[in-house]
Amino acid sequence: MSGTTSRDTADLWKAALVEIERPSSPVARFSAAESLAMDGGASLGPWQLAYQTYGTLNADRTNAVLICHALTGDQHVANVHPVTGKRGWWETMVGPGRPIDTDRYFVICANVIGGCLGSTGPASTDPSTGRAYGLSFPVVTIRDMVRAQAALVDRLGIDTLFCVAGGSMGGMQVLQWAALYPDRVFSAMPIATAAKHSAQNIAFHEVGRQAVMADPDWRGGRYIDAGVRPTKGLAVARMGAHITYLSEAALHRKFGRELQAGHAPSFSFDAEFQVESYLRYQGVSFVERFDANSYLYVTRAMDYFDLAADYGGSLAAAFKGTKTRFCVVSFTSDWLFPTADSRAIVHALNAGGGPVSFVEIETDKGHDAFLLDIPELFATTRGFLDAAARARGI
Amino acid sequence: MSLARPENGFRLDHLLVSEMVEPGSRVLDVGCGDGALLELLTTRRGVDARGIELSRDGVSACVARGLSVIQGDADTDLADYPDDAFDYVILSQTIQATRNPRIVLENMLRIGRRAIVSFPNFGHWRIRALLAVTGRMPVTRNLHYSWYDTPNIHFCTIRDFVSLCDEVGATVERAVALGPSGKKVGVTAPWWFWNMFGEQGVFLLRRGRD
Repeated sequence: MSGTTSRDTADLWKAALVEIERPSSPVARFSAAESLAMDGGASLGPWQLAYQTYGTLNADRTNAVLICHALTGDQHVANVHPVTGKRGWWETMVGPGRPIDTDRYFVICANVIGGCLGSTGPASTDPSTGRAYGLSFPVVTIRDMVRAQAALVDRLGIDTLFCVAGGSMGGMQVLQWAALYPDRVFSAMPIATAAKHSAQNIAFHEVGRQAVMADPDWRGGRYIDAGVRPTKGLAVARMGAHITYLSEAALHRKFGRELQAGHAPSFSFDAEFQVESYLRYQGVSFVERFDANSYLYVTRAMDYFDLAADYGGSLAAAFKGTKTRFCVVSFTSDWLFPTADSRAIVHALNAGGGPVSFVEIETDKGHDAFLLDIPELFATTRGFLDAAARARGI
Repeated sequence: MSLARPENGFRLDHLLVSEMVEPGSRVLDVGCGDGALLELLTTRRGVDARGIELSRDGVSACVARGLSVIQGDADTDLADYPDDAFDYVILSQTIQATRNPRIVLENMLRIGRRAIVSFPNFGHWRIRALLAVTGRMPVTRNLHYSWYDTPNIHFCTIRDFVSLCDEVGATVERAVALGPSGKKVGVTAPWWFWNMFGEQGVFLLRRGRD
């Protein structure tokens, strides 16, 4: 990256390292005896999940909403981020008076297993060696993430979640929740997601992982022991991925072919175009807060996701007889998780007889739209949850 | 469409359709608009109601009412529903806007044991007179589009619809013609009378012949 991988970034990463082991969020700790049986065959223990909650659990324990975060998200949905100091990633959606109204609902969000903000992941210390797990951490699946969340929900004394909601990888977890624990999910909002990761999406992820692994500072995943970080590789991975979160129209609207300096070209390889400068910034700011190995593991989890495969190849079978109320949302310009992916989910739910609503929202903002200020998304969410709350008696 | 004459806030054609539906049954409303009929069926008939609607605004309005509605197109999306998924499939004031009314009707009778179809009758005397006298495509209060911008690409008369039902092997269990006020016209009258004086037809169909 440009020379801006500076002291600031290093200081922020120090703060991030503290968050890995001793997060500022509440932590649910599970002993070796409560180990997490993972899809890959490993048994992880002891392990922990760092989580945030907002609002108050009602006396009947019926108003809990679980938010599932996306690939590079974390549990800081609606509070200032402890590392970056930025606002919560879904503050437009979650909070007092927001569509997911914390005056009405008890909102929970946990950092996924394999993540790097306080939940056990490859940057955590392996108790058997005293060193960071690195690549000896077992490969994680979406179902592993959901099983871990279920253990947290148990720990919080909640039987049935009023709603499980999330976009992108969060949406995959929503689908997995509904398939794995149909009786524990009253309503579900999978947004901008798919029941399986496409070949194209796996391909993009592989490019990102190879960028990380090609960085000499990756050191075969043992960079924490060596006191270095593959920031260049991780930043390139983020830059590539970030393009897939936008759309051609959005990039054109934001940057066009505008030059950074605003005048004549300099005929060099500096960040000449505004879009280059923007991407470099995205890359550099990402490495401040994210662990490179975590990026490998969490992208891998998405790659492995194919919900139908667990049910004899039939997605309808995954949702057969479900009572969960679904609201599926997609965005017209999302080419990473296109509307066809959401329609496949809707068809499966219809075939299984499940109550499902589906809205495709018109926007040029691409996949990232689920995180942005999209009034139609807010109106749909509010309407869906209001109606579900009436049905639930809350 | 034509029958925006509310009775206790409900359209008369919606009330007529709801009378045709057995309480507690499973219903799919194709082209459900803002969900007014689905809500009527849910509250008055206690049905398990689902909808398909093309417009985003319509779907959003339905979701906010707590209805299960998916954004979709009758012409393309009915094929994805399994056989016998519903007791009734309703197509209210929409068949004339589909690209392939016959396939839509066949799908309805495959997905549901019964189908309810309401449509504007192009055989009404006023429309016939307009075409005969002016020599131009009729534009009326209810059918107010010009030929070049109308979404209604497959108009039919009540008699045309009866023969389509025959072609797809459906039995007409009940048929009603509604006049300008939304009131039934000539309940015991013959087809030609309905075809002349009904502004719209409402049909309850059953799969197969007697």
